[in-house]
Amino acid sequence: MNKDTSNINSLENEAIYIMREVAAQFEKPVLLFSGGKDSITLVRLAVKAFYPAKIPFPLMHIDTGHNFPETIEFRDRLCKELGLELIVRNVQDSIDEGKVKEESGRYASRNMLQTTTLLDAIEEFKFDACIGGARRDEEKARAKERIFSVRDDFGQWDEKNQRPELFDMLNGDIEHGQNVRVFPISNWTELDVWSYIEQENIEIPSIYFAHKRKVFLRDGMIWSAEDDVVYRDENEEVLEKMVRFRTVGDMSCTAAVYSDAVSISKVVEEIRDSTISERGARIDDKRSEGAMEKRKQQGYF
Amino acid sequence: MEVLKIATAGSVDDGKSTLIGRILYDTKSLTSDKLKAIEDKSEQLGYDYLDFSLATDGLMAEREQGITIDVAHIYFSTKKKSYIIADTPGHVEYTRNMVTGASTSQASIILIDARKGVIEQTNRHFFINNLLRVKDVVVAINKMDLVDYSEETYNKIKADFSELMSKRDYQDQKITFIPVSALQGDNVVNKSDKMPWYTGDALLQHLEDLDKKDIYNVGTPRFPVQYVIRPKTEDFHDFRGYAGKVYGGELSVGDDIIVLPSKTRSKIKDIYFYDEKYETASRRSSVTITLENDINVSRGDMIVKENDLPTIDKQFTANVCWMDSENLTVGGKYIVQHGVNKVLAKVDRINHKINPDYSGIDKEATSLGVNDIASVSFKLNKPIFFDQFKNHRTNGSFILIDPQSNNTVGAGFIQ
Repeated sequence: MNKDTSNINSLENEAIYIMREVAAQFEKPVLLFSGGKDSITLVRLAVKAFYPAKIPFPLMHIDTGHNFPETIEFRDRLCKELGLELIVRNVQDSIDEGKVKEESGRYASRNMLQTTTLLDAIEEFKFDACIGGARRDEEKARAKERIFSVRDDFGQWDEKNQRPELFDMLNGDIEHGQNVRVFPISNWTELDVWSYIEQENIEIPSIYFAHKRKVFLRDGMIWSAEDDVVYRDENEEVLEKMVRFRTVGDMSCTAAVYSDAVSISKVVEEIRDSTISERGARIDDKRSEGAMEKRKQQGYF
Repeated sequence: MEVLKIATAGSVDDGKSTLIGRILYDTKSLTSDKLKAIEDKSEQLGYDYLDFSLATDGLMAEREQGITIDVAHIYFSTKKKSYIIADTPGHVEYTRNMVTGASTSQASIILIDARKGVIEQTNRHFFINNLLRVKDVVVAINKMDLVDYSEETYNKIKADFSELMSKRDYQDQKITFIPVSALQGDNVVNKSDKMPWYTGDALLQHLEDLDKKDIYNVGTPRFPVQYVIRPKTEDFHDFRGYAGKVYGGELSVGDDIIVLPSKTRSKIKDIYFYDEKYETASRRSSVTITLENDINVSRGDMIVKENDLPTIDKQFTANVCWMDSENLTVGGKYIVQHGVNKVLAKVDRINHKINPDYSGIDKEATSLGVNDIASVSFKLNKPIFFDQFKNHRTNGSFILIDPQSNNTVGAGFIQ
């Protein structure tokens, strides 16, 4: 077998190695699943890492209640097909319990509120490692993230005091109450993920492909007008356009892009030629220069 | 497409972030929204040029202080290669980040400010790159625009640096000098017409042409067992697979092997990658191996070829780079993580401290502070299976973990 000749295969080998380190070094790992392409890629990598055994940890979805319906339908089908245990915790419950307060106004989003629900769930299940699909090329603060990233009892990231990671040795030693966020696809770019999805023929939710959608324009971005989740002013006109989504976050903070890419190979082509970054359509990063870093310090994923 | 990992080293204000920003800009790797952010910020700060360092300094404290604190990873690609740059800070106190960046890199760029020439920091950067046996080093002499693109200045710096080269331990390291101006874009991606006396390649062209031969994984095959796969399902009732990554050389079906530390002999029966069987497992592939005999193998054990054993010992001596604010002392107890294997270790002796500026060694040292580099002898509570770092990069290196704080406090290279 010659598995290390191309970039994508060497990234795959690295990610499988990381998955196995998680299973070996931790007692209660969990894979954080959002229904997005990155976490779907993680599931594929985990399947390959432990074959012919089943993935030795459950999946957990922190549901904002504002997910694209296509994503939820896809999530349930994937877990059923692979026989995976799925845990769902709802942001709505955190709101009902009075732990977090819903934002209001035209930029209201539940994206920030996820953090509380996530930290509560980690405590509830005593998870000591949470595998996530974050990548270093996504955002400047994430470029500084380790593969094994230690969080304190409050789930917080101490960005200036991170453990050095040398060669491919991963130190997962932690104290009781701490947990580690693990990022097996740290070194992948958006294009790498799509190339892998194409190579492995992985099924992904339909909203990643170009489709006709009712949208409206605001601040130079394209917002879905098909659901009540995104606040829309009356003077913001609804149009029908061919669009797709590059990231599948909470509907309230994920904008669409114009596209006619209806297949995986067309998407790969489109990204290769793109002049806008992936998170360019994420309003949560545009709140301020250090928006992602601040969220991460608080325990955001 | 092949991947090239590069570490960068330079002192404060040598223009390292600007160089990386320039590479991204000239290779059109900056997307329009990122470029817009740089333009806006540069204007806000009142600069009359684009501050490309804003493309890489990701933490708020970094932007406030205008310095790079932590290793950042930057990705770009050309038609020929995918590049990962580990942008490592150059301050004295952040040497650990440089060691970290260099540990996974095949090439490295050392920046020198043409106005300042070779300074104490340069010695340190070169020392670390040589200690970690980084195969290709580019010495980028930056800010040539500020010395009137002077050939004389370039030659003087080259001569000073060559003096350092004569003192290096790893003599086969390939070193290339390139005069650049990151700010003006001279000899970074595009060849400059302002230095006709320089006949070599621009920096990117040099990286594009680097020999892809992977010297780090040449050697003898070592297979540290990461995880034992036992499905216990009807279809795979008796399946017992050993999952791990192959280091050094290849392993093939039918190879006579020995499992360490039990020294049990067996043969490789099958090599799996996911649901497919292969005849050989190539270097750095994450495979699952099954053996002919039903023997007891667990995580931390190592599968090696019968005729090619590593050293099996409860003591060793290594060059250690200390990374913690609490000192390493003789008699101190640490966890040695060697690959996936963890053993308890005691510091037996500090043989000598090495001044990383090539100013000699200190035989009287009794403890090591942060960023110190020294030859240290360890005793272990059980044997590990190692090679010398110069012969086997992965099986010759380890990290030290403080059992109290759980932090990674040092890195070592076995002598």
